[in-house]
Amino acid sequence: MTTGPTEVTDKPAPAAAPARGGILARVTGAGWRRPAVAVLLVLACYAPFQLVPFRVFQLTMVLVYAVALLGLNLLVGHAGQISLGHGAFMAVGAYGAAIMLDRWDVPHLVTLPAAAALAFVLGLGLGLPAVRLRGLYLALVTLAIAIFLVPLLKRFESVTGGSMGLTLAKPAPPAWTGLAEDQWLYFLALAVTVTAFLLAHGLLRSRVGRALHAVRDNETAAEVMGVRLPFYKRLAFAWSAMFAGAAGCVYTWVIGFVSPDSFAVTLSITLLAGLVVGGLGSFAGPLLGGLFVMFVPGISQDINDAAPGVIFGLLIIVVMYVAPTGLAGLAGRLARSTKRILRKE
Amino acid sequence: MAGFLQQIIEGLGAGAIYASLALALVLIYQFTGIVNFAQGEMAMFSTYIAWQFTAGGMPFWLALVLTLAVSFAGGMLIERVLIRPVEGAHELTVVIVSVGLFIFVNAAAGWIWTFLIKDFPNPFPGGAIEAGGLTVGFSTLGILLVVGAVMGLLYLLFQHTKIGLGMRAVATNPESARLVGIRVGWTLALGWGLAATVGAVSGILVAPLLFLEPNMMSGVLIYAFAAATLGGFDSPAGAVAGGLIVGVAETLAGAYAGFIGSDLKIGVPLVIILGVLLVRPQGLFGRAAVERV
Repeated sequence: MTTGPTEVTDKPAPAAAPARGGILARVTGAGWRRPAVAVLLVLACYAPFQLVPFRVFQLTMVLVYAVALLGLNLLVGHAGQISLGHGAFMAVGAYGAAIMLDRWDVPHLVTLPAAAALAFVLGLGLGLPAVRLRGLYLALVTLAIAIFLVPLLKRFESVTGGSMGLTLAKPAPPAWTGLAEDQWLYFLALAVTVTAFLLAHGLLRSRVGRALHAVRDNETAAEVMGVRLPFYKRLAFAWSAMFAGAAGCVYTWVIGFVSPDSFAVTLSITLLAGLVVGGLGSFAGPLLGGLFVMFVPGISQDINDAAPGVIFGLLIIVVMYVAPTGLAGLAGRLARSTKRILRKE
Repeated sequence: MAGFLQQIIEGLGAGAIYASLALALVLIYQFTGIVNFAQGEMAMFSTYIAWQFTAGGMPFWLALVLTLAVSFAGGMLIERVLIRPVEGAHELTVVIVSVGLFIFVNAAAGWIWTFLIKDFPNPFPGGAIEAGGLTVGFSTLGILLVVGAVMGLLYLLFQHTKIGLGMRAVATNPESARLVGIRVGWTLALGWGLAATVGAVSGILVAPLLFLEPNMMSGVLIYAFAAATLGGFDSPAGAVAGGLIVGVAETLAGAYAGFIGSDLKIGVPLVIILGVLLVRPQGLFGRAAVERV
């Protein structure tokens, strides 16, 4: 299902294939992934010691967005359902954590599983009506939820702090680490990101992942093969809400402040835009998307207040036409064609 | 009792606006199977065009006609240029493209006209008719009349012209329509043009009530979605009925359910969408989707 015809012809005949493990194969073949991830991790651990605190903060936010996008990717890229309201689940996680910190002085690390669980349960509940029809209705319902959430948060002022929001303490770095606050926050976010990616990776390699891909590629065929559509769609929705909730919780840790307007519908739409540009259905997509969501608005805002929107809108459309797998897909394509060129020599 | 009836009249006025945007959504859905998330933004953009005309000193009704013509052409152009390449693609692709269009049109309006709110002239006189203790504003009456006229014209177009017959044929079965010589591609573009025009009417009607700004239609769009879901996405008459029901429900909820108030009214369409999906997913007037395997 997922292997396109080009990839099949791409594979060299066994006799002509270079021995596995050659350097070339390591760089360009299937074996390049593990070293690439290892290098990326080393770089990620090294970066906060070389950058000024503001850059470290920006990278931390990239990780927060990446976790949210990972969840969105599970739903959109892997299960083929669309959500225009993932910012709302981020808000649930963020406010869940914020209220726990504000009212009951819960330790920071405890808020993470609690916020994730809260988002998961909410996703499960909202998924019930939303998956009864095609992905289109999910888009409708999630968009409506994202729009409804802001007035809702403003209304329950005694709990949520209303429009003024809540200001909270950030997690303090333990003395033994010797880290500054921004670095500690960064490593917390990094730990959550790595855990989330491992979880998603494991999930997608299991029968759940195969079921989701089957649902995405052909619902009817999947159903005939015995995949319970409503169950898996709901599960994908709940899982993706959970990741967004976790991202929201880390957001609260990092920013130390939550307000309803941070989670307006624009955030949800920006998340989808970031994911589409980063790459649907791949693991690099959410990371690239996180970079995109973090840096592109800031850079383009210098041109005009409306420039980020114009760029996002145009990019989404162009990407859907010319590179439906986004930047991650383009990188993969580039790697494959380099491989082909190298082999010809 | 008079107060209650009064609320219903207000609700119908609001509902007529939702109905016209819902009708635009349904028109496109019927022909292309696409739910156009950018419909509200396209309407907003049209409203800005009308504002530009009137700001230049043009009489309102002339500006209206010109705007509708521009919207029609714009809608056709969008179909030809943006939607045609993804025709028949996965639903996800199409929805994402329409979301891209949503973001783009919204930001483009902000770029051209800034995000500051603008006053939009109200085409209807300010007074009201009073009868039997009820007050019906000329504005509400005007909205109902305009939307009614749009519905009537669309009905005539679809049921009593050759173009309309062709459009209905394409909506029912594109392949067969093509075989009997209907130019399907152009009919789809025509559908988008019509939808953009009907949407523009809703934008121009709602602008004097709200303020004209790039995010003006996002709330209205949700009401229109609720209306289309309630009426059934494949039923124009359903969209109109749905719009009126949603408008009345919203007004009554805002007036009588103290907890909801004016700020949480936007929850009403959400509840309606969820309720319809749980109880009758095809909507009141829609047909249940049956797929041949």
